[in-house]
Amino acid sequence: MSAEKITIALAGNPNSGKTSLFNALTGARQHVGNYPGVTVEKKWGTAKLGGREIEVVDLPGTYSLTAYSPEELVARNYVIEDRPQVVVDVVDASNLERNLYLAVQFMELGVPVVIALNMIDVAQSRGLHIDPDKLSRLLGVPVVPTVARRGEGVLKVLKAAQEVAQQKTTWSPVDISYGQDIDDALKQLVASFNGQESAWEPLSPRWVGLKLLENDAEVIKKIAQDRELAADLETLRKKLYQHITATMGDDPEGVIADHRYGYIAGLYHQVVTESRQKRIEASDRIDKVLTNRLLGPVILLAILYGVYQFVFWASETPVVWFEEFFGWLAGAAEAIIPAGLLQSLVVSGMIDGVGGVLGFVPLIAFMFFAIAIMEDSGYMARVAYILDRVLRHFGLHGNSVMALIVSGGISGGCAVPGVMATRTLKDPKARLATILTVPLMNCGAKLPVYALLIAAFFAAKQAEVMFALTLVSWGLALVAARILRWTLLKGETAPFVMELPPYRMPTLKGLLIHTWERTWQYIKKAGTVILGVSVIMWALMTFPGLPEEQTAKWEARIAAAQSQEAKEQLSMQMAQAEVGHSVAGRMGRALTYVTAPLGFDWRTNVALVGGFAAKEVVVATMGTAYSLGEVEPEEAESLSSRLAKDPAWSPLMAFALMIFVMVYAPCFVTVVMIRRESGTWRWALFSMAYTTVLAYLLALVVFQGGKLLGLG
Amino acid sequence: MVTIETIRMLKAGEEAVVKKITVGGELGRRIRDMGLVPGTSIMVVGRAPLKDPVQIKLKGYNLTLRNNEADHILVSSSEQ
Repeated sequence: MSAEKITIALAGNPNSGKTSLFNALTGARQHVGNYPGVTVEKKWGTAKLGGREIEVVDLPGTYSLTAYSPEELVARNYVIEDRPQVVVDVVDASNLERNLYLAVQFMELGVPVVIALNMIDVAQSRGLHIDPDKLSRLLGVPVVPTVARRGEGVLKVLKAAQEVAQQKTTWSPVDISYGQDIDDALKQLVASFNGQESAWEPLSPRWVGLKLLENDAEVIKKIAQDRELAADLETLRKKLYQHITATMGDDPEGVIADHRYGYIAGLYHQVVTESRQKRIEASDRIDKVLTNRLLGPVILLAILYGVYQFVFWASETPVVWFEEFFGWLAGAAEAIIPAGLLQSLVVSGMIDGVGGVLGFVPLIAFMFFAIAIMEDSGYMARVAYILDRVLRHFGLHGNSVMALIVSGGISGGCAVPGVMATRTLKDPKARLATILTVPLMNCGAKLPVYALLIAAFFAAKQAEVMFALTLVSWGLALVAARILRWTLLKGETAPFVMELPPYRMPTLKGLLIHTWERTWQYIKKAGTVILGVSVIMWALMTFPGLPEEQTAKWEARIAAAQSQEAKEQLSMQMAQAEVGHSVAGRMGRALTYVTAPLGFDWRTNVALVGGFAAKEVVVATMGTAYSLGEVEPEEAESLSSRLAKDPAWSPLMAFALMIFVMVYAPCFVTVVMIRRESGTWRWALFSMAYTTVLAYLLALVVFQGGKLLGLG
Repeated sequence: MVTIETIRMLKAGEEAVVKKITVGGELGRRIRDMGLVPGTSIMVVGRAPLKDPVQIKLKGYNLTLRNNEADHILVSSSEQ
């Protein structure tokens, strides 16, 4: 046994169960979706076989290996450049023909392949009997039947992969006939390599020739860099391409794909026996209802509305537990730490700040749970199917729904994965329009702000106001996208062509993993970024303190006060003066010149500035601001009831603030992500600027308009 | 009688066989990658509530594409 470390690459179509197999192999916790294209990033983990470690790289789910989509290029280039010893191709046995199309392309490439014939149970229940040994003999690669969801066959896959890795150390591409014309053209192309073949290893000249005929932009670009070959091959390629197009009445790309599928059809008939009568499958029967012309949209809206009702109802009790826990923790800290700066830092800066954010964990967990059900059941793809016609009007793609929903289309998402989810969009303009508008959705970090203000001012109509905010955010995102596609991002939309995976009953384990992963990300953010920001905000609000003679003056006045009530009043005013004197207070006050028409006072301004770091901070900062002004911290009054009693606040102002928070500049992490995904800081800065201007104008209209209508 | 038509003309539940793909480039490639090649049997499962996109069944799975994309797929349906 060689001591060299084995790396296997996991490939497969979206919805083939690739992610389940990856989890079963490595035990890694990651997201499993039923929506095409969830796995976009490269992921890796370690599997163990007989005490030996095997590296497993999870390639993005793809249907093919063309140069058109970034996922396919990533998968192909990883295999060519990083040279994993073996590619384990996960093939959905219940959908064998289309899944083998990718497997055959890996075999054309020449990399050693092991086929995991997954969901063999589903195939059997559909009356498809597949002979894995025969398939293995015909293809010349090991074929292992698996049920990855239940972990069946996983060890065998690993063993087969290890064996192949040790035995097949060189690439051996399979030669498929693509018809007389293409085969002849390939021979000519191979001949013009003139001994230059070794420079292209491990790629075979025939594969390079094939890609040239397929008009593969990536390989054509690479050939152009090879000075020895460029002139000959490029001329020959153009000549052959034109010749084939003329004689076959179709471009070579089409002819090659047709023959590839022809080859697979031949295999399929030899290895599969269908013992079933034609019948309508359960999934299609469900679709008849869920995508029905009249019922479909009604059910879609009902499901989205039901999600809110469920989330608010289910999280009500645990939210109280969290509040009580942090109240107790603050009390305990006060009892242990002597009064002074340190107590103020721990209680006001850390516990109140982080507690304000963590208090919403149950809400976010239930929201993620609901989203996971939609993804894992296959309903999310139907959402794209039902809504594509509408989204196209706004210059977006049916797949934009995914990004919009993940970002908070169903409140509780996050724009960071949302911006990343746009990678499944092939049309660069529709993609950029999606990237720039997803931050307008109601992400999980905006929820605490809404929940706080709704509890304070709209307690009787919580779900209704939440639902209204969702409709407003969708409306704004769509209108903004339409305007962007008319102005800065003009152009055609990309192909929609999308698989509708069969409905599947989500597994509880899968749902819990997804819910936990996303909730944990939120908690981690609260524990790190938010904690840091809360402490910084606390420092900004504490320093510099009042000059000594002023402090003395306040203390003298408090001491001289007659009644207990007057003493408390004066202490409040002193605290106000202290915060007003601090750095943050000065910033907030300076900004009131701008925000006065919106009704925002300096404390709100301070919180909004903090929100640039992360929107959760708006609540944390307001909590800190208000508890700093508090006389008796043990008097456990929640921030929301405090705001409700504050005469400076009104429901109208609260609504203007919620609209402002919804729209204004995305958080710093999202901005960084937009920079990464759009490729330039220009778009990242644009996303901050246009949203802030829009937020200001909208809040202005709401507040001043509402006042004119007599609502304030 | 055998007629050549496009998927747009088929009603839900109707079956047909793909005869020709009349588009190249990315869309042509995407259509073929998903298994819509000449000789493939398809069935129209239905259409989205706004009549577009269309949902078809082929090779045992369901695929959706927009009407204007499906127009590039010529099919022949046999009518009794």
